Amino acid sequence: MRRRTGLVFVAPALALFAVFVLYPMVTAFSYAFFQWQGTTRGAFAGLENFATLFTKAPFTTDLPRAVLHNVLFFVGTLLIQNTIGLTIAYLLHSRPRTRRMLQTLYAMPYLVSPIVIGYLWTLLLSPTFGPVNTLLTGLGLESWALPWLGDPKTALWVVILVSVWQWIGFPVLLYGAALGGVPEELTEAARVDGASNRQAFSRITLPLLVPAVGTVSVLTFIFAMEAFALPYAFGGSTGNPAGATDFVSLLFYRTAFDSGAADAIGSSSALATLLFLLIFGGAYVATAVLRRHERRITA
Amino acid sequence: MTTAVVSTEAPGEASTTPVAPRPRRRAPRVNRPVGGAGAGVLLWGYAALALVPLLLMVSNSFRSNADLITDPLGLPAPPTTSSYAEAWTTGNFATYFGNSLLVTVGAVAVSTSVATMAAYALARARSRIFRWLESLFLSGLMLPIHLAILPIFYLFDGLGLIDSRLGLMLMYAASGIPFSVFVLTTFFRQLPEELEEAAALDGATSWQTFWRIMVPLVRPALATVAVFRFVPIWNDFLFPLVLLRREDKYTLPVGLTTFFGENATNYSAVFAGLVITTIPLIVLFLVATKQIVAGLTAGMAK
Repeated sequence: MRRRTGLVFVAPALALFAVFVLYPMVTAFSYAFFQWQGTTRGAFAGLENFATLFTKAPFTTDLPRAVLHNVLFFVGTLLIQNTIGLTIAYLLHSRPRTRRMLQTLYAMPYLVSPIVIGYLWTLLLSPTFGPVNTLLTGLGLESWALPWLGDPKTALWVVILVSVWQWIGFPVLLYGAALGGVPEELTEAARVDGASNRQAFSRITLPLLVPAVGTVSVLTFIFAMEAFALPYAFGGSTGNPAGATDFVSLLFYRTAFDSGAADAIGSSSALATLLFLLIFGGAYVATAVLRRHERRITA
Repeated sequence: MTTAVVSTEAPGEASTTPVAPRPRRRAPRVNRPVGGAGAGVLLWGYAALALVPLLLMVSNSFRSNADLITDPLGLPAPPTTSSYAEAWTTGNFATYFGNSLLVTVGAVAVSTSVATMAAYALARARSRIFRWLESLFLSGLMLPIHLAILPIFYLFDGLGLIDSRLGLMLMYAASGIPFSVFVLTTFFRQLPEELEEAAALDGATSWQTFWRIMVPLVRPALATVAVFRFVPIWNDFLFPLVLLRREDKYTLPVGLTTFFGENATNYSAVFAGLVITTIPLIVLFLVATKQIVAGLTAGMAK
C-alpha cells in the first residue's frame, strides 16, 4: 500500500484519537503545574499543587485513607480472586464437557454495569428487607445478619467481595486458556514418576502459570487503582459510611467537581497525575519483574 | 525436553528390568475429573452464586413494593409489571434508554469503522511512519482515560459539547480505537497479500480492495470488536456523570443514580430500573456469547 493511501485510511481514526484522547491526556499533566483561580489559569506553580495534597485539609486525612482503601481493595481482590479463579479453572480443565457452560455462567455478572451491581447488592444486603439477612436469620444465624453496608468495619469488605463476585469470570477464562497451554506430556511424565495430582499441580503446572498469574495481577492492580463506579454506587461520592468506602478516584471527583475550592483544578489535577504515576509505575515494575521471571523459566 | 527424557527412559527401563511391570496408574487418571463429584457440586454451587443475585433482581422487579417488604424471600406470584410502567414513564427510563442506545450504537459504529480503515493501513503500509502511528494508537491501551476527565470537561465546554449526546458518542468512539486497532491489525496481518495483488491486477482501487475483499474477510473480528466495546460503553458512568447536566440527556447509569436517590424506598421500581439497564446486555450476551468470550481473552494480550 502506498504511503499516501495509507495516511488517508488512518486519518479519521487519528483525528478522533488525537482530539479526544491524546490532547486531554497531555494537557491533564500540564494542569497540575499551574496556579488556578476557578477556571482561569495563573502562573507556573511548580510542585505547589502537589504540596497541597500533603499539607492541607481535607487531603491530609482523606488521601492516606483513600490510598489505604485502594491498596486493600487491590490486595483483597488479588488474593481472593486468584485463589478462587485458579481453583475453578483447574477443576474445569478436567471437565471438558461442562467447561464452556460453566465459564459462561461465571462470566455473566461481568456484563452488568458496576452501578447496577452496586445498587443490586445494596438492596439485597438491606438490613430491613434484604433477602440475605432474612435468609441468615431464617437459618438461625441472627448474629450474622449485620448491617453490612451501614457499618464502617464491614462496608469495605462488601465492596471487595462484590467486585470479586462480578469479575471472577475473567481469571477463570484467562487461567483456563493458560492451563490449555501447559503441555499434557509434562504432567503425564510427572505422574509416571509417581507424583500425585497435588504434586504435579504445585511443581509443574503452577510454575508454568506464573506468567498468567502475573498478567491477571497487573490488570487487577490497574483496575483496583481506578475503582470508581462500584464504590460510588455503594457509598456515593463521599464513600459512606464515614468514608469507609472512599477511594482515590472518588476523592479526585469530589475535589474536581464538588469541592468549590478556588484551586480545585490545580489540586485535583495533581491528584490525577499522582494516581497516573502510581498506576503506570506499578504496572511497569510488575511487568519488568514478570519478564525476568519468564526468562528464568524458559532458560 | 522433559518429554524426550521420559520417552527414552521408559523402554530402557522395561528392557533392563524384566520383572513384573509396575501397575500403570496413569491411564484411568487422564480423563477423570479432578476432585470428583465433590468438586462438581462446588463448581455448580458457585455457578448458582453467580446467577442467583441476578435472578433475584429479575424476580423482584415483578413484585409489588408492599410484597417485597413483607416477604423478602418470596416469589413473583402472580407477577405484576406495574413497577416497569412506573420506572419507564414516571422514572424517565424511556428517555435514558433511548439516550444510551443512541450513544452506544453510534460510538461502536464510528469507532469500528475508523479503526478498521486504520488497522488495514497499519497492517499493509510499509513506510516507517506507520510503525510509529501504530505504537501511538497502542499506547492508548495503557492510558487511564478517566484520569483526563478535567481537560475533557473543558474541551467539551470550549466546543459547546456539554449536554451533547453527539459529543459523548465521539468521546467513546475515540477511546475505543486502541483496542479495536489492536485486534483488527492482528487479523489483517494474517490475510495473504496475494489477495490484494490479484485485485490490483483486475483494476480494483485501494478502496474497492479494502471494502469488497478485505472487510468481508475480517468480519468475525469486527463482530468481536463491536460486541466487546458495546459493554463498557453501555455501562460507563463517569463520562455521562460529568459531561451531561440535563436530565433529558442522561444515559441509563446516571439516570439510575438519580432515580435511586429519589426513590430509594420504592424498591420494586428500582429493581425494574436495574433490569431495564441490564436487558440489552443480556440479549447481546445470548446472541454473541462467543464474541464476548473471545474479547475477554484478547484483553489478556493487553
